[in-house]
Amino acid sequence: MLVIKDLHAKINDKEILKGINLEVKAGEVHAIMGPNGSGKSTLASVLTGRELVEVTHGQVEFNGKNLLEMSPEIRSREGIFLSFQYPVEIPGVSMVNFMKAAVNEHRKYKGLGPLSASDFLKLLRERKELVEIDSALTNRSVNEGFSGGEKKKNEIFQMAMLEPKLAILDETDSGLDIDALRIVANGVNKLKRPDNAVVVITHYQRLLDYIVPDFVHILYNGRIVKSAGKELALELEKKGYDWIKNGEDL
Amino acid sequence: MTQKTTISPREELVSLYLENLDMITEGSPDILNRFREEAIQHFKLLGFPSVKNEKYKYSKIESLFTKDYEKYFAPKKISFRIEDIFRCDIPELDTHLAVVLNGFYFPNNGLTTKLPNGIIISSLAEAARNYPDIVGKYYNAQAENDTDGLVALNTAFVQDGVFIYVPKGVVEEKPIQLINLLLSTENQLVQYRNLIVVEESAQANVLICDHSLSPMQYLSNVVTEVHVGANASLEMVKMQNEHNDSAQLNHSYIVQERDSHVKTNVLSLHGGFIRNNLKMLLNGEGADAHAYGLYLADRSQHTDNYTYIDHAVPNCSSNELYKGILDDQATGAFFGKILVRQDAQKTQAYQANNNLLLTADAKVSTKPQLEIYADDVKCSHGATVGQIDREALFYMQSRGIGEHEATLLLMFGFAHEVVKQVSIESLRDRLDDLVEKRLRGELSRCNNCPMNCC
Ligand SMILES: Nc1ncnc2c1ncn2[C@@H]1O[C@H](COP(=O)(O)OP(=O)(O)O)[C@@H](O)[C@H]1O
Ligand SMILES: [Mg+2]
Repeated sequence: MLVIKDLHAKINDKEILKGINLEVKAGEVHAIMGPNGSGKSTLASVLTGRELVEVTHGQVEFNGKNLLEMSPEIRSREGIFLSFQYPVEIPGVSMVNFMKAAVNEHRKYKGLGPLSASDFLKLLRERKELVEIDSALTNRSVNEGFSGGEKKKNEIFQMAMLEPKLAILDETDSGLDIDALRIVANGVNKLKRPDNAVVVITHYQRLLDYIVPDFVHILYNGRIVKSAGKELALELEKKGYDWIKNGEDL
Repeated sequence: MTQKTTISPREELVSLYLENLDMITEGSPDILNRFREEAIQHFKLLGFPSVKNEKYKYSKIESLFTKDYEKYFAPKKISFRIEDIFRCDIPELDTHLAVVLNGFYFPNNGLTTKLPNGIIISSLAEAARNYPDIVGKYYNAQAENDTDGLVALNTAFVQDGVFIYVPKGVVEEKPIQLINLLLSTENQLVQYRNLIVVEESAQANVLICDHSLSPMQYLSNVVTEVHVGANASLEMVKMQNEHNDSAQLNHSYIVQERDSHVKTNVLSLHGGFIRNNLKMLLNGEGADAHAYGLYLADRSQHTDNYTYIDHAVPNCSSNELYKGILDDQATGAFFGKILVRQDAQKTQAYQANNNLLLTADAKVSTKPQLEIYADDVKCSHGATVGQIDREALFYMQSRGIGEHEATLLLMFGFAHEVVKQVSIESLRDRLDDLVEKRLRGELSRCNNCPMNCC
């Protein structure tokens, strides 16, 4: 589904990603872990097409297409979704209008007409239940005045609305209490299907207790320095990141 | 030696006044006539406000008056049925309607409508004859003839306008709608006057819509005086939708007595040149004033809002929010003055002005001015001038919304913060709709009226 080959990228002339190789297949769950500042969010930015990050070398293919050539909105319509580490507040734009625009743009891309008002509301209700978000949230402006936990739940709600092929969850667990974490993870698991994939970016093992990865990668200083099965996350939990920083092997 | 005589627009208007004095006064009631002489003297002295006048720093006024305009001293007969030409299609919005055509009250089964609950909606001139006690008490009580030449000019020339009277204790749910139409085959200068009196414990909603219906050049110089009695509530929404060859100078004065509530919302959707002055005097304890404004300008349009909130007594609050979106080479300004007098302890006054510039050529000037002479007050102000939020744009794009559509959604959102302050739901929805059409570039007129005025 996703094939990243020798990806280099810079922000303001500073090289942040220094040769990333990664392949994600349909049905898989990957976890990317690593200390702060390693480039995890930058990788997510490259995949979603944030202007700030400039790709200097390498390729990214998504379902056989050159991802790097696509605008952010086309990537979304092709099935890429990012749960933002820091969701953006948009005063004055209601969640309902935001989601209506997004869902209908996705439909248009597939050659479908816009949903009727009642079908849209039905979908909205259904997906809200899936991620157990408070009904009132969708009547408010996008993320405005939401608590940290509400913002993260709202990301997963949007994911549920758009049903992406590849979901990238960037520290969706940070700032969540254990109940909220369980709800968010349950939501992600309910959306899991053999034909889609998830990349979970996290510092901690605790989210991975709920969303169990097939592969765990450690990203450090712009490179994937180690890849293994889910047991790697447990070891990291025990040993911390210092050994990586010191260049030791596990 | 040849002498070149150029007459300034000021001299021209003064002689126009003197030459037509008989005609101006003849049909007018004494209440209007008795202030003219003094007003024209003020105008003669003051002339047009120049940009050196701080209050008018951002708008050039005199040049507006150098164009050739017809001035009428009696309503010109235009035979038309209002509903043929203009239908304000705000669905579910049932209003008490008053129409002003080229500055004169347009008869609607007569010049005065009196509702069973005592509310009067009338031609101002007619009201001055029929209700001299009320009109006489409030007419010209607030207008600043001695400091603003434009206001003096209006007082000298005024012949008509609308009078709205909501008697003590009357609560009217149905909005009173005042539609100002400009429709003619020649360029025109119109100067009318509105007087709104909401007595003690009364409640009313007033919607004012300004439209130009024919493609001529218009200049409107309009004064509106509003008196809101103790414990009364008034919400006033003004929707300005005129074409690029129109210029509007509005001077609104509102005085509030004890425990009264006033909310104003001025939505400048379209117009060549718009200058809105709003002065709110908090004159009784416990009163609150809310002033909202939205201005959308593109091409070479200019909109300028000047607000002046005068906290004259203790325990009042005011809250202002003005927002603007400027595109192309449009220019805009917001000047917000708040005065907290020495006695006005426990005042709360908030002001915000936010602007979005869509191009590098669009310009906006924003200037707060707080003069605070009391020590126990809470005041704040903030102004921003910015571009579309790139982070928000990216967030929306990452959900599949195209850049153009996302930008529009962000602009609607920005504008909605002002529109949402309108209390009447059907009107609010309609205004959202008009704003959306305007920002999409689809607003050639505000409704299905057959005249293409923009
Ligand atoms: N907007 C930005 N401007 C400049 N540098 C940035 C920006 N965002 C990230 N960086 C830099 O890129 C590096 C990687 O950051 P990031 O991808 O956010 O790491 P992680 O998500 O792994 O914590 C850091 O050195 C950070 O300072
Ligand atoms: Mg990060």
